[in-house]
Amino acid sequence: MDCLILNEGFPLLSFLIFFPLAGALVMLYFSGERFARFWTLGITLVEAAASLPLISGFDTTTVKYQFAEAHPWIPQWHINYILGVDGISILLVLLSTLIMPFCVLASWRYIKTRITQFMICLLIMQVSMIGLFVALDFILFWVFWEFMLIPMYLLIAIWGGPRKEYASIKFFIYTMAGSVFLLVAIIALYMQNHSFFIPDMMWKNYSTTFQVLVFLSFFLAFAIKVPMFPVHTWLPAAHVEAPTAGSVILASVLLKMGTYGMLRFCLPITPQATFMLAPYILWLSIAGIIYGGFTALAQHDMKKLVAYSSVGHMGFVTLGIFILNTRGVEGAIMQMINHGVTTGALFICVGMIYERTHSRELRLATGVGKYMPWYVTFLAFFSLSSFGFPGTNSFIGEFLVLAGTFEYNKILALAAIPGTVLAAAYMLRMLQKIVWGGTDNPDQSYLKDLNVREIVTLAPFLFFVFWIGLGPQPFLDMMHTSVTHLLEQLHATGGTGVAATTLLLH
Amino acid sequence: MAILPELTLLVAALAFFTLSMSRHLDGQQLRNAAVFFGFVTAIASLIGLGQEGILFAGSYQVDAFSQYFKLIVGFGLLFVIIGGQNLKDIDLEIRPEYYMFLFLSCLGLMALISAVELITLFVSLELSSFSLYLMVPMRDDRKGLRIQMEAGIKYILFGVLATGFMLYGMSYLFGLTGTTYIKEIIAGLDKMAGQPAALFGVMMILAGFFYKLAIFPMHFWVPDIYQGASNETTGFVATVPKLGAAALLIRFVIMVPGHPQLLVQLMMVLALCSMFYGNLIALVQTDVKRMLGYSGIAHAGFLLLGLLTMKASGYATVMYYISGYVFMNIACYTVLSHVSENGENLSVTDLNGLYKRQPMMALLLAVGLFALAGIPPMVGFMGEFFLLAGALKEGHLVLVILAAINAGIAIYYYLTVIKAAYTADPGDRPGVEISTLTRVGSAALMLIIILMGAFPARIIAYADSAVRTIM
Repeated sequence: MDCLILNEGFPLLSFLIFFPLAGALVMLYFSGERFARFWTLGITLVEAAASLPLISGFDTTTVKYQFAEAHPWIPQWHINYILGVDGISILLVLLSTLIMPFCVLASWRYIKTRITQFMICLLIMQVSMIGLFVALDFILFWVFWEFMLIPMYLLIAIWGGPRKEYASIKFFIYTMAGSVFLLVAIIALYMQNHSFFIPDMMWKNYSTTFQVLVFLSFFLAFAIKVPMFPVHTWLPAAHVEAPTAGSVILASVLLKMGTYGMLRFCLPITPQATFMLAPYILWLSIAGIIYGGFTALAQHDMKKLVAYSSVGHMGFVTLGIFILNTRGVEGAIMQMINHGVTTGALFICVGMIYERTHSRELRLATGVGKYMPWYVTFLAFFSLSSFGFPGTNSFIGEFLVLAGTFEYNKILALAAIPGTVLAAAYMLRMLQKIVWGGTDNPDQSYLKDLNVREIVTLAPFLFFVFWIGLGPQPFLDMMHTSVTHLLEQLHATGGTGVAATTLLLH
Repeated sequence: MAILPELTLLVAALAFFTLSMSRHLDGQQLRNAAVFFGFVTAIASLIGLGQEGILFAGSYQVDAFSQYFKLIVGFGLLFVIIGGQNLKDIDLEIRPEYYMFLFLSCLGLMALISAVELITLFVSLELSSFSLYLMVPMRDDRKGLRIQMEAGIKYILFGVLATGFMLYGMSYLFGLTGTTYIKEIIAGLDKMAGQPAALFGVMMILAGFFYKLAIFPMHFWVPDIYQGASNETTGFVATVPKLGAAALLIRFVIMVPGHPQLLVQLMMVLALCSMFYGNLIALVQTDVKRMLGYSGIAHAGFLLLGLLTMKASGYATVMYYISGYVFMNIACYTVLSHVSENGENLSVTDLNGLYKRQPMMALLLAVGLFALAGIPPMVGFMGEFFLLAGALKEGHLVLVILAAINAGIAIYYYLTVIKAAYTADPGDRPGVEISTLTRVGSAALMLIIILMGAFPARIIAYADSAVRTIM
């Protein structure tokens, strides 16, 4: 427990977890659509404001878990309620709290039925997202990890598009089936350590076979969540059918749970297995990048296009994680945040078109630039950001990952480059069609440009696009100490085993 | 005072016996009376929680173990009555008898849980079983198919067969030790560890209770009886009596001298067979009650994971899991009983769009099924987790992996029901009216399911200390 800096004062992390839940419970007793909208907006704004002290109080010089809280939960099994954030999780927590008000705003008119229930689902979603990123007890983590499926399932299943049944059940079963072995691995780790406290499980000398088995069960669960090629097929379906807010949460936060899990669990708990299996995962990531790019290029549905671009972008994240050097991992974390900002914004943009034309077909949305200048301005910046144009946020992430990859292996880096070109190709194609189109554009004159609410929704995303793109140092500073420590430990404990395993493999 | 819950049940049964003489029956009053007595029983079992004592010449023991189970029986009965308050498919004329048998069956169960002498135990078991045998055919015969009669006959025949096994086993124990008192039998058997006859006797008795719990291969009665009995009756048969079976299984597994590998392996095989059989067949069911029946077989298999550790912590987990199981299932049957218009059986499509027809029932169904599927923070997850962790602690890695796979399979059929309730179009299916009582009961059930799962520490600790008193 000495790796915790206990928070003696106000239990900030618990507040962040349970405040939305309290807000959701209040809504059970008050009906009224107006009330539901404003109340949820208020709750999420308070939540976002309440998460800001995390930044000011965060000590970037320590590798310990900060703002920690520890209480016994189920003493018989040494399960505790332990929370804390470090450099790896803090940005994700902030991303989750800051993005929620905009999800509410994006659903303001988009959701027409059962608004109260929708807002309750959103708030409960937030409970599990924050809880997952700050949990330091493996069972607590698991509780949030699994519980998250219920609100997300309902978001897709009730407010989804025409194929919502298929998409929601596929999403649920895929993610649930992936994590079946995760629980067994968690219990097996408990048997070795007699503790569910995550830092207690790290950097132990488990046998190589044990590590490989644990790694594989971790990896299956997390890879499905990311989603990595070839277990990505639930993602396009879920994205296409989900309402805008669902897509934003899915892209911005849910996918990060997989990569967060890899950083938090795979690397520190099974270092030898990580070194052993990293080469295979790297090539899977490359496959994801290329595959995502080509498939995105072929899409006619804008949401599907963005969804497949996610597969490619998340490929960069896993690539960055498993090249196991500082640039790579920092780039991966940056890319996680960037993807959350950019893809979240793109989904909101697609949702705005859908609200107006009731279609996500690219061909029906051509040439809107003439009538919606504000809209296409935003869209242009987010698209540029999506394929990593210099000066935007994704450039920083992708650049760091690629620089790290060059350090690791030049062939691998060369193989990843086409992915960035493809990203430019599909994004510019979409942008060209939406802004200008061709000579046969449908009549778009009935379209109204963005209203104030919509501009307010998109502007903060744009702000972050440029902030991260032009001045990423504050963000990198927050994670630097934790990442360096993680990699030092990894090379210290994992390095010894690697020699033996390379001998075995060759 | 020690047997206050039993006395309450007896009074309730007698009251309904008196009512059954009356010519002018009022369904509303009967319902209120049943709810009242159910409530009193639940309170009585709560009062009885700290009681201890030995009665009736040492054949009846009131201790922490029995009172824990009685508490769950008491509250289970209350929620069964609330959930099945409409008794849509039971003729008004026989409703007093129906309630009488319901209370008698619970009385038998409570006596069974407290019985520490073989004859007492047997008599209590028969009291609870025969009441059930009679409740099954009480369903209205509106299609002329007499499906409820078939179910009743099947139930009684299979039941008698299982009782035969049990009696045969008991005769072995009596023959070996010369006593019918469980305490003395344990002491006697300890001296003859390794004696195959002792193990055989216990295994025969276990087989009888495996039948009650519906463990493969003693599960044959489940689907047909669940289908043939009215929704309300199934809601009872599927839940509360399993508490008695679990309690007695714990009592008899403790009895086995030593730590025989044979018994552990047998239970392992039965656990796996039950899980795979139950889950795989549940996948293709369209009748919700049959599906829940098969899922019950799978859950019974899960329960064996705790028994086969043969440790106090494992038994405590069984106690926790079965308590949660009772409430999760009552939640589902409450929904079935209310959605069913005239008491007919429901197929999955009959639940289509329940979310629009009655949000409260849809929510209760979702909570119950997600809990059965083992999604945290509901009680089903915690129980499953403790069982898996306990079994893995004993080194049964393969068993745990296969059980985890089963937990994955089960998601699918639970989810198809939730999917129907939440995403399917209701079509012209009518809305569902529910009373305030149901609303309150449903909210309480949901709270129990979630709170038991979120704060299991004290329950587990209590169960652990309770089970240690009888070891």
